[in-house]
Amino acid sequence: MNDKYEVIIGLEVHVQLKTKSKCFCSCPVEFGGLPNTNVCPVCLGLPGTLPVLNRKAVELAIKAGLALNCQIIQKSSFARKHYFYPDLPKGYQITQYKEPLAVNGYIEIEDSKIRVRRLHLEEDSGKSMHCGTETLVDFNRCGVPLIEVVTEPDIKSPEQTVQVLQVLRQILRYLDVSDCDMEKGHFRCEPNISLRKVGEKKLGVRTELKNLNSLRSVREGLQFEIERQKKILDNNEEVIQETLFWDEQTKTAGSMRGKEESEDYRYFPEPDLPVLVISQSEIERIKKSLPLMPWQRKAILISNYGLSENTAEIIVETKEFVDYFEETLKEINDPHLVANWLVTEVRGILNEKGILIQDFSISPSKLAELLRLLKTEKISNKVAKDIFNEMLITDKTATEILNLKDLTLVDDEDLLFNTVKEVLQENPEVVAKYKAGKTTVISYLIGQVQKKTKGKLKPQKIQEAIIKQLE
Amino acid sequence: MNKDSSKLKNREEITQLTIKEINQKIKAKEISIFEVVSEVTNRIKAEDQKINGYISLYFEEALAQAKRLDETISNYDNINPLYGIPIAIKDNICVKDKLATCGSKILSNFISPYDATVVEKLKQANSIIIGKTNMDEFAMGSSNETSYYGPVANPKNTDYVPGGSSGGSAAVVAYGGAFGALGTDTGGSVRLPASFCGVVGLKPTYGRVSRYGLIAFASSLDCIGTLARSVEDTAMLFETIAGFDEMDATSVNFPVKKFEFDYSLFKSYTLGIPREYFTEGLDFRIAKIIDEKIKELSKECRAVKEISLPNTQYSTATYYLICTAEASSNLARYDGVKYGLRISARTLSELYELTREDGFGQEVKRRILIGTYGLSKGYYDEYYGTAQKVRNLIKQDFDEAFKNCNLILTPTAPNLPFKLGEKISDPLAMYLSDVYTNSINLAGLPAISVPVGEIDNLPVGLQIIGPAFEETHLLNCAKMVESLCK
Repeated sequence: MNDKYEVIIGLEVHVQLKTKSKCFCSCPVEFGGLPNTNVCPVCLGLPGTLPVLNRKAVELAIKAGLALNCQIIQKSSFARKHYFYPDLPKGYQITQYKEPLAVNGYIEIEDSKIRVRRLHLEEDSGKSMHCGTETLVDFNRCGVPLIEVVTEPDIKSPEQTVQVLQVLRQILRYLDVSDCDMEKGHFRCEPNISLRKVGEKKLGVRTELKNLNSLRSVREGLQFEIERQKKILDNNEEVIQETLFWDEQTKTAGSMRGKEESEDYRYFPEPDLPVLVISQSEIERIKKSLPLMPWQRKAILISNYGLSENTAEIIVETKEFVDYFEETLKEINDPHLVANWLVTEVRGILNEKGILIQDFSISPSKLAELLRLLKTEKISNKVAKDIFNEMLITDKTATEILNLKDLTLVDDEDLLFNTVKEVLQENPEVVAKYKAGKTTVISYLIGQVQKKTKGKLKPQKIQEAIIKQLE
Repeated sequence: MNKDSSKLKNREEITQLTIKEINQKIKAKEISIFEVVSEVTNRIKAEDQKINGYISLYFEEALAQAKRLDETISNYDNINPLYGIPIAIKDNICVKDKLATCGSKILSNFISPYDATVVEKLKQANSIIIGKTNMDEFAMGSSNETSYYGPVANPKNTDYVPGGSSGGSAAVVAYGGAFGALGTDTGGSVRLPASFCGVVGLKPTYGRVSRYGLIAFASSLDCIGTLARSVEDTAMLFETIAGFDEMDATSVNFPVKKFEFDYSLFKSYTLGIPREYFTEGLDFRIAKIIDEKIKELSKECRAVKEISLPNTQYSTATYYLICTAEASSNLARYDGVKYGLRISARTLSELYELTREDGFGQEVKRRILIGTYGLSKGYYDEYYGTAQKVRNLIKQDFDEAFKNCNLILTPTAPNLPFKLGEKISDPLAMYLSDVYTNSINLAGLPAISVPVGEIDNLPVGLQIIGPAFEETHLLNCAKMVESLCK
């Protein structure tokens, strides 16, 4: 991006709420069921049926609104948004229009505040599937509750957009209002983007991007669109206000519909649903039930446990991870040791296996037991790692594995003396290096001794013995 | 018990009795439910070809159910009022596994997979659903001539319309094809046909009766109501179907009192007569009958007072703006994709166009177009927005009026039943048939039409309007009117 233009991005994010049942009927919300199995007369919009609002969806939406620093509107209303499409069984979507549930919030990222214009509740549509010349419709998703979060155009770059989305997703996951799984369509974002010459006051013509199914495609799509608009503006042409569809294969965005078909949704108040009234006491109750947010938990990790900014940031990435940390800490009071192990060993395994901490097989108390053995110097770091690896495949405790293999550290002077002697004889060139002043090679020698003794000797003692024999 | 039924001079008379009378005869073992249902089916076979009141009939099931109900009576003293009583249901109310056509080609093959809440309640009361009645297409009409299944004739004189849109329900109750019927009232669709056919028609308070299973025309106005031959029958039907329903978010949890006529209560009433209802548009012969009836009532009640509902003149325009807007939305779902009529086409938009072109009748299309226009960008405030504001003023008119009276009395319709075909090509003239009824829907109030006389053998109805949830007073007053007419 050169400096000629300023990039202005706003976001519309649709988030699937984590309710058991749909927004206006009692059908279960499930992903991946056989097509048209989670449906009833109400969500199919059969003649004569009426919507009844799921209060759980309202509560989750209020939670999200509060966590995004919004004002909750105590009398909000529903509206019908009309358009014809096979996956929209009533010919309209029930949404909120003039009086949304929450307004005027903000999302805080590293260096700036992105204002949230509004947050409202609405129902999802079904899914159309095009098979050759046929179009089939699955209504399982139809009527699933969503919130739509709309930000002001306060975002300055694709990178910042991704950052905002990451923070938003983290907040919503902490609240447990959504799984925010982008692949499953829980978290769908449609950025709008415009460019203007630096120094210009007036906003440029914006376009909207759809079908961005990962954070990577958000970044790539926005980069593509910036370049496209830049070329248009450089040629002194005008950007057309339209919706563009991102193609993941070709990495390009194409027009979805022509101007002449610009839609009139004919919004009007939904007569089947009364005004949604939320009392001040209900708002207070929900406010009190909000969990600590990631930035709050991070501050605790730094101030209470003395963790570094960086380590704390990693630990609070998900609520489950920081919960795991604190659970472990309850049984072994050594924040640095626990943090170290979580950030390196545990996270390594999670990344390797591609799983989340909530699916990790070793419980916090089992990990604490292992770390206790390590801390009381019954085992060396190396043995601890071996036991850890063993724990991943069995359900035995660290103590059980230790007893089985007799890996407890010993104070065997003869074993120590003989093994050190052996290792020094086998590695004359390393010994030479040491004697030439490169003392750091000693750790290699210690490692060799540990290998031979299967980690049963204390590293401190080995070091002392090596130094003594070399003198 | 068959030998006892000989007490009835003419078995056909059975079909002319009230629900209360039939219930007493069943209790007294003078007649079996099977006989009641048989007589009703015979009556329908004899009359309905002329009248065309029914779209669907379930004779076999009804007779089988009658037999079962006869066999399962354990205590004859304790039979509930609707037990074994043949009831007709307007064809825009869903009955499980039965057609629900709404009088429209577009739903001519739609079979409902569920029961409307009111139907469930009637079934629980062991009444017998004998069939589903003809109606104006999607309840849009005042004469019952817009039905895909052909017009309904007025049983009093088959050259005349029965009123609409619940014309089938009113007609079959009038000729003895059912003892009571459910209708729906969006702007007068229960009261107008009740008035035209000479039966009692009740439109309850909005929210009093669940709309779940009523195929929507205009959701903020639609109300399920009853058609019956007496005020007491009306009360029984009303008490059976009324009540809060968790399936309808607009239904209200407000206790339904059991009706019993209370003369001393009637004596305490101040009756309001709105001057705006007695103007040029009203047939002077109707005015005369209504005036006489009011005079008779004034001798019994505390006072009769002239009142004013100043925004009455705007109600018809307001009503049509709101009902067409809501209809355009409610009828969007009939697209040929999931159920109902489907005209095969090459593209999606062609599927919509051809299906809706062929499936909807002229009046329905007219209202969808008006409603779509009224909601479109740039026109919303002018039309729908303004109509909502006037609607509030009309509501306030009634609130004010009820500070000075207990109930309001008006004619139900400004004119007598007209001839079939007379107004069908003049929609504006047709829309004016609702002029005395639609403001009550705008205000969400309860109202009842009671027959008070005839002119040239064509019935005249008196409308009684009450404050919200005061159906008991409506019925009490209606009962008084009824007894004065006997």
